[in-house]
Amino acid sequence: MKKRFSHGAFLLAMGFALLLCVVISAALGRYPISTKEIGGILLSKIFNIEPFWSPVAESLLLHSRLPRILLACMVGCCLSAAGASYQGVFQNPMAAPDLLGASSGAAFGAALAIVLGLGKSMIVLFAFVSSLATVGIVILVGNRAKGKRVVALVLSGIMIGSLVSSGTSFLKLVADPADQLPAITYWMMGSLNGADPSDLLTAIVPMLLGLLPLILLRWRINILTLGDDEAKSIGVNAGRLRIAVIICSTLITAASVAVSGVIGWIGLVIPHLCRKMVGNDYRRLLPASMIFGALFLLIVDNLSRNLFATEIPIGILTSFIGAPFFLYLITRDGERR
Amino acid sequence: MSLQVKALCFSYGTHEVLRKIDFEAKYGEFLSVLGANGVGKSTLFRCILGLLMPSSGKALIDGTDISELSASQLAQKIAYIPQSHNPVFNYNVFDMVLMGTTAQTGKFSTPGKKQTEAVENALSRLGISHLADRGYANLSGGERQLVLIARAIAQRAKILLMDEPSSSLDFGNRLRVMQTVRGLTQEGYCVVQSTHDPEQAYLYSDKILAMHDGSVIACGKPKDIFDADLISKLYGVEVEVCKIQNDAMRVCIPKGVLF
Repeated sequence: MKKRFSHGAFLLAMGFALLLCVVISAALGRYPISTKEIGGILLSKIFNIEPFWSPVAESLLLHSRLPRILLACMVGCCLSAAGASYQGVFQNPMAAPDLLGASSGAAFGAALAIVLGLGKSMIVLFAFVSSLATVGIVILVGNRAKGKRVVALVLSGIMIGSLVSSGTSFLKLVADPADQLPAITYWMMGSLNGADPSDLLTAIVPMLLGLLPLILLRWRINILTLGDDEAKSIGVNAGRLRIAVIICSTLITAASVAVSGVIGWIGLVIPHLCRKMVGNDYRRLLPASMIFGALFLLIVDNLSRNLFATEIPIGILTSFIGAPFFLYLITRDGERR
Repeated sequence: MSLQVKALCFSYGTHEVLRKIDFEAKYGEFLSVLGANGVGKSTLFRCILGLLMPSSGKALIDGTDISELSASQLAQKIAYIPQSHNPVFNYNVFDMVLMGTTAQTGKFSTPGKKQTEAVENALSRLGISHLADRGYANLSGGERQLVLIARAIAQRAKILLMDEPSSSLDFGNRLRVMQTVRGLTQEGYCVVQSTHDPEQAYLYSDKILAMHDGSVIACGKPKDIFDADLISKLYGVEVEVCKIQNDAMRVCIPKGVLF
């Protein structure tokens, strides 16, 4: 019992760290805004406060920095939650949005929507449909492949992912080099740059639609990791539950990719890190992954916009941090008891 | 009230795996299913658990056809105890047992106080409370088997289906698991196990179901059906059956070894 309490406290502490990081991130940037000014600007929306800050600071904070911070948190949260859930439904610690083709599928759909000149909400829809189709094919091929299931699924994901990426490359070829091509290319690298409040609104609906069922079903994801026969004999309809979780995870992946481009590794690394910290029980693992994913992407995004004079696309940074970290995770000794 | 299997047949395509299986196991009874590898024991279990649809015939629990029960209703009547396996993720023992209570809570809820208590009771019933915080994957085969039995008890099912519970255990653990199962039947549980050890089946069970080539060739009290003839039909080997300790045990000695 004592243990369970400390896990709750741990989650609370992480949530607090995230909040603190949000405030610090709002202050960071080439145009400095003090925490006092941030507090003032935010509170002035509710209370009547005489402005002691410049209008530039207010507009910058409300229309550029805060939306971007929120987007970083939402995308980090969603990609990590999707990764953790995929790992459960596929009984596969290597499953993640990028390895299952969910990300490249979403990228293809989104690129197609850009080439067709469609709007933001259509980009999300295209990304979702294409992502779901890609994951479906990966599962189908993975189940038919001979040999170890864990490896088969990952290999199938890599192959189908590369197939879909070739489609995306073709789209780049036919895209208008004046405006569409740079848009696709920059966005494929993954970036939270140019996030505006309307992006937030487009993404937040599908994200909530996907996250909410996952949070509600989080205990039952545990049962799925036992395999279909055992799950069913425990009284859980494994087939239906699995499909529901896959659809929700793919939806939040697609929504993330549609607004931020392909940001790799988070879905694999963050859940793994959280498994080490709070254990495998999804009642704790899912919330921990969500908070920690948000925190991680927010910190990386701060690096991306403050480290150098020009901004580095965040996808480059997450891979740069994520890949070595994952190597460290898999080469470390077995789990503690 | 019991588990009844009536004229149950099952085929994979045209290949007939089970032919007209009939038997009954009552609460408080320990039934052992004997048969060579690939004889259809696992298929029979999967049919009883509702994982496979029989091509004809049915399985009844307390008089109700299992196909009329929902997954969660069925789970509260019958529990499956697989061979101790290596899980993908290393859950601790408490959570592993807690998973057994899932059918008692709503789809969108997490286990509550009642379920936690059920787990604590199940763990102490099997004498493994000290393992609660250990990782399941870090346990020995015997301990894992006990955890899986605890999970079935927390599931509140009164019929336990065990797939070769003692197959991968050392001698000591095998006896411990069998004694535990024996104790459960005395508390009113109905236990059905498949086993490759006829001597153990004789020693512990109330009933033996002998299967050969998808059919039941004998079913009844161990004392009535266990003989050299049955062993030779089941496994294709010639043995001498010796009764020892006033027929409390029967031992199979391969022909040509001693005689």
